Amino acid sequence: MTEKPSHQVSFEEARDAWRASFEASRRIDADFGTISGLPLEPVYAPEADPDGAYMARLGFPGQFPYTRGIHASMYRGRLWTMRQFAGFGTAVETNERYKFLLANGQTGLSVAFDFPTLMGYDGDHARSLGEVGRCGVAVHSLADMETLFDGIPVGEVSTSMTINGPAAVLFAFYVAAADNQGVSREKLRGTIQNDILKEYHAQNSWIFPPEPSMRLVIDTFEFASQEVPQWYPISISGYHIREAGSTAAQELAFTLADGFAYVQAGIERGLDVDSFAPRLSFFFNAHLDFFEELAKYRAARRIWARRMRDHFGAKNPKSQMCRFHVQTAGCSLTAQEPYNNVVRTALEGLAAVLGGTQSLHTNSLDESYALPTEDAVRIALRTQQIMACEHGVAGVADPLGGSYFVEALTDRMEEEAERYFQRIEDLGGMFKAIEDGFFRREIAAAAAKFQRDVDSGKRKVVGVNCYQGGAETPIELLRVDPAVEKAQCKRLSELRRKRNNAGTTAALDDLRAAAEGEENLMPRLLDCAHAYATLGEICDVLREVFGVYTVRDRISA
Amino acid sequence: MNAKRIRVLVGKPGLDGHDRGAKIVARALAEAGIEVIYTGLHQTPDQIVEAALQEDVAGVGLSILSGAHETIFGRVRELLDEQGLEDTVLFGGGIIPPEDVPALEAAGVDRVFGPGTPTDEIVAYVRERMG
Repeated sequence: MTEKPSHQVSFEEARDAWRASFEASRRIDADFGTISGLPLEPVYAPEADPDGAYMARLGFPGQFPYTRGIHASMYRGRLWTMRQFAGFGTAVETNERYKFLLANGQTGLSVAFDFPTLMGYDGDHARSLGEVGRCGVAVHSLADMETLFDGIPVGEVSTSMTINGPAAVLFAFYVAAADNQGVSREKLRGTIQNDILKEYHAQNSWIFPPEPSMRLVIDTFEFASQEVPQWYPISISGYHIREAGSTAAQELAFTLADGFAYVQAGIERGLDVDSFAPRLSFFFNAHLDFFEELAKYRAARRIWARRMRDHFGAKNPKSQMCRFHVQTAGCSLTAQEPYNNVVRTALEGLAAVLGGTQSLHTNSLDESYALPTEDAVRIALRTQQIMACEHGVAGVADPLGGSYFVEALTDRMEEEAERYFQRIEDLGGMFKAIEDGFFRREIAAAAAKFQRDVDSGKRKVVGVNCYQGGAETPIELLRVDPAVEKAQCKRLSELRRKRNNAGTTAALDDLRAAAEGEENLMPRLLDCAHAYATLGEICDVLREVFGVYTVRDRISA
Repeated sequence: MNAKRIRVLVGKPGLDGHDRGAKIVARALAEAGIEVIYTGLHQTPDQIVEAALQEDVAGVGLSILSGAHETIFGRVRELLDEQGLEDTVLFGGGIIPPEDVPALEAAGVDRVFGPGTPTDEIVAYVRERMG
């Protein structure tokens, strides 16, 4: 690695450095030539860079500003991780689904929780009525987490958990489950979403107000960097912002602005930026507009790298790399002629791959009706496998880099994002902009415009407002057994009866005292987990201390 | 304006935070001149029925994407009837499997709109059914 800032590195030096990194990196065993047998280079670039424009805006893969990807070898070194989000019913049912996915070649797990879990309630709370195990798995205590990973060695899989308001609690459950499996914390790999800011903007699964929520987030950063060093304690998410109806530029801008806010908060806690920034990760949407999407990913990497180096003073290249997961756009799926969704998803996934994603979830064709069936999930996973193995899209890093169109669009996305950063700054920063309702208004206006365009026919949706009337082949849908709610309530009451309740109460009291002070809450949350305190009990303690958050949206004609 | 303005309540019941659809529909109804009371997020069935009573609405539209539709629609209908609001029209939409619709209708849900419904269709329905 060179000591000189990259903008002082010559094009030739950078090319040689890239070549050396590429040669030194591991490579998967695959033939990356064309079907006709023509050999392919791992990346294509100009012969020279006389005006320095290439080095300033692009660089080589694995080099600042990472526009062309965060690894020198990209998918020749390692394919993206195929990670299908899944969860329903009790931990017992989802444990079976995970074993099915792993047996079918999936390379990472991704936990979808039910709404009670997302909102920090136990399954037997009045507010949980009808919601238990419905749109995700019910994990309301360490006992449920132990069941969820029963027979799955947590030291060998990487696990992503989509959890935000109570993310620190579920992280504690997972670490405690690993403790009980006898797996050391250093071996754990995975991610908690833990991105509370986008909950206030778009996704609405918050519990506490922004400031104490931010404290919990930074507690996880600090704890993970010390105890679970291979863990990504946050996945800063544009996905939900986009699903709520934002534009691509808003998704890009708001997500990165959230990222800046977390970095700022970490620094304010007294953490060295390079101690936690290498473990920040991102999560973007792959929407319909193919080129805009891949330009968005390229712009995200460049913006993040520059801001981290030049504004936050991050020196470790890993702190400057925007690494991300992508999911195809749920909101682009249609209920009409649902098999067409396979095609939409494939093209969206392709944009993510050409844009250099680190992992990918492809949606299933039946998701505008229900959670996906095993058959539908298999097709979605196969879509990724077909892309990876048959279509030759993995062999060349940033294959569209250098296209006049794609470079212009990438620059344009960056400019749009910078304009939004300025507006957020003018409003007084992230917390003030949230208080002002800025993000929610912007997103709602974009969503309304999109709908108007679909309603007027200006935006075409095949099978919905044009080319309609195809035969509606009925599809099989997944049914979640209504008995799940009762089963979960029974699991909870048995847990409360069997555990050492004096120990549970003591752990919860310690948590309350700690929450009233300023210490990092992760060790207390782990004590609560090990004492089999339930999610609802833990969150109730935190609700008492931190208060709860509400928002009032106005509907204007 | 000689006709009385139609009043409807648009609600987001349960823990589900997916409010894009509810807000789109609320806005479309408002733009069509219908008076809309939007409950906001995370409302219990009791809160929704209380609001319907207070606001004297002709209809209650619920958006549910969490899979809890059978429980929640059923409970809201029950509570509406208990409050003497048998004439208040209950309708809604979301991620709802088509085969669940007959059971919802039997439980007193007047109409279920699936994904991809043009907002004009919902406006026309509200005008015709609640006007």
